[in-house]
Amino acid sequence: MVKEADVVRTSLADEDADELRHYYYQMLLLRRFEERTGEMYVKAKIGGYCHLNLGEEATIVGLMAALKPEDYIFTNYRDHGYVLGRGTPPGPIMAELFGKETGVSGGRGGSMHLFDAERHFMGGYAIVGGQVPLAVGAAYALRYQEKPGVVVAQMGDATTNIGAFYESLNLAKLWKCPVLFFIVNNGYGMGTSVAMGSSEPDLWKKGASFRIHGEQIDGTDVLAVRDACRRLRDYAEREADPVILDVVSFRFRGHSVIDSDRYRNPEFVRKGRQDHDPVRNFATLLHEHAIIDDAWLKATADQVEHEIQEAIDFANASSDPNIEDLYQFMYATEVANTPGPEDAIAAVKINRGEV
Amino acid sequence: MPIITYRQALNDTLGEELKRDPNVLLMGEEIGVFQGSYRITEGLLQEYGPKRVVDTPIAEEGFVGVAIGAAMLGLRPVVEIMTINFILVAIDQVVNHASKIHYMFGGQVRVPLVIRTPSGGTGQLGATHSQSFENWFAYCPGLKVVAPATPYDAKGLLRAAIRDDDPVMFIESLALYDTKGDVPEDNDFVVPIGVAEVKRTGTDVTVISYSRMTAVAMQVAQRMANEGISVEVVDLRSLRPLDRPTIIASVKKTNRAVVIAEDWYSYGVTAEIAATIQEEAFDYLDAPVQRVAGIETPLPYAKDLSAASKPSAHSLIYAIRKVME
Ligand SMILES: Cc1ncc(C[n+]2csc(CCOP(=O)(O)OP(=O)(O)O)c2C)c(N)n1
Ligand SMILES: [Mg+2]
Repeated sequence: MVKEADVVRTSLADEDADELRHYYYQMLLLRRFEERTGEMYVKAKIGGYCHLNLGEEATIVGLMAALKPEDYIFTNYRDHGYVLGRGTPPGPIMAELFGKETGVSGGRGGSMHLFDAERHFMGGYAIVGGQVPLAVGAAYALRYQEKPGVVVAQMGDATTNIGAFYESLNLAKLWKCPVLFFIVNNGYGMGTSVAMGSSEPDLWKKGASFRIHGEQIDGTDVLAVRDACRRLRDYAEREADPVILDVVSFRFRGHSVIDSDRYRNPEFVRKGRQDHDPVRNFATLLHEHAIIDDAWLKATADQVEHEIQEAIDFANASSDPNIEDLYQFMYATEVANTPGPEDAIAAVKINRGEV
Repeated sequence: MPIITYRQALNDTLGEELKRDPNVLLMGEEIGVFQGSYRITEGLLQEYGPKRVVDTPIAEEGFVGVAIGAAMLGLRPVVEIMTINFILVAIDQVVNHASKIHYMFGGQVRVPLVIRTPSGGTGQLGATHSQSFENWFAYCPGLKVVAPATPYDAKGLLRAAIRDDDPVMFIESLALYDTKGDVPEDNDFVVPIGVAEVKRTGTDVTVISYSRMTAVAMQVAQRMANEGISVEVVDLRSLRPLDRPTIIASVKKTNRAVVIAEDWYSYGVTAEIAATIQEEAFDYLDAPVQRVAGIETPLPYAKDLSAASKPSAHSLIYAIRKVME
């Protein structure tokens, strides 16, 4: 069986210093990407719903450090950090948020529906729980085709209350699917706390009646997340058996960019951001161990700033999808009696009052 | 061409496609050990084994989602939903996921999935087991929806659906399973999706229908011929994409149209077809388009009431006479 997670980390002796610095760089990239995304939203460069990963940097970077290229990832709508963390350049991600043709989903998806087939990022999904059976299906296909790898079914804490989650647990266990059910427990589903929504507040126990092993981990500790994910990932692959990881973190802001977060006590939020800031805490740890110094921190911050500014510039300079391509991705296999480019142009012109 | 039943046509096609492509697999409740609630998958578990013919627990949302996810990685699942009534617990996966994934992610991934399910009523199955929901799916861009009326089309469309890279809803009918017809032996014969067929030519009135109602329309057309009324029957075969040109060409020729479908009257398939005709052939019509559809109640159990709530040869003849007045 799977071993319980080590809770206390005493030393960084076995760690590769370059790798640690890289984790910090990635976490800062996520942090600043999301902060700048929030700004772009306020400037109306980004529309629709937009959910940020602020506070979840260690959760994401730790997971990504554990995954292998052959693994697949399905997430909810809070997906920017996962795509970034998987290695997709920031430019096409920002371009997708801006709704541009150069975006990762060709401007057809938006913030909640990022995708990168090449990197096995299989999409952000916006119907709570909808991605979970899909992830089990992907793992089913890996087994069917006798391929290596596992599939991550990422979801929020509140998603463990929907039926699709339970059907997925049952099928994954029954059909021996290598799935890591990765519960990002930020304490809330919109304004509903875990205690308000779940009769079992220990989310890692929710696989019990399916005989699925579960663990809880501190999602603000990048190394703890990485180690737990590595162990559980390898177990899932080796034994063709699903596992649950309940990853606890603190949501820095409201549910989405437009949520004013009135239901949380301001003092609670202030203290949470102070005590559970994964980026700052990791910087302190690396500092204490003399793995980084102030000059490195400054240089890294400058580099991140530069990369994100480049992404914003790229998004700004990109064009909207063409009108005539409105129907472009309707079907993968051509079929009779479907509208084409001329129909798209005609319909759009009428709707825009151009005829 | 051999004459076989609609059921046999489906069973043969599933077997042939399982044999042809190792990525094709069947999933559904009671399709293996039980050999199919309506025996469509009879013998296939024995022949192809449990990897290719997968018995699922009663978890439609879960296993439809699993099939979609598996399709995204290159498998070609053919899912059986015992009857269309039970797909409602999986509709999120079909409508919010299968139909969106290719478009919403900019064409980066395909969903080669078929969902087969019988629709409509027969016998006294009562309020929850006799419904027609194909229009719910036909409403949804990103899906393809087919509904064959004959063994020939059942075979050709099922093969086309399995070989298609998009999610296809394949609508069957309990009342058609035992009907017989010619079916080609060619293992690559397909009927194109999105193309209707004029199943019988005529000059006085066009009857537009699909699935079981096409069988009814063909019988009625024969009867009307004896009375001197020449009926043309357009069998839609596909509800999405809808072959509007074939409908319109026929109505422009006959100048009269009756639309018949088993679903409820309001907001149903017949409304869509009638609207299409008035948009594109208004000037050719000699009479208002007549619609024949289900009576709008939860279907009662009582034998006579149940039968009288569904469209029939009688109601079609009534509508044809009315449009001929
Ligand atoms: C089926 C469904 N119901 C409701 C919603 C609206 N909604 C969007 S996010 C959300 C909360 C989900 O919380 P959680 O799973 O904890 O994820 P988090 O947002 O915290 O990452 C709700 C209710 C939805 N998208 N889908
Ligand atoms: Mg949450």
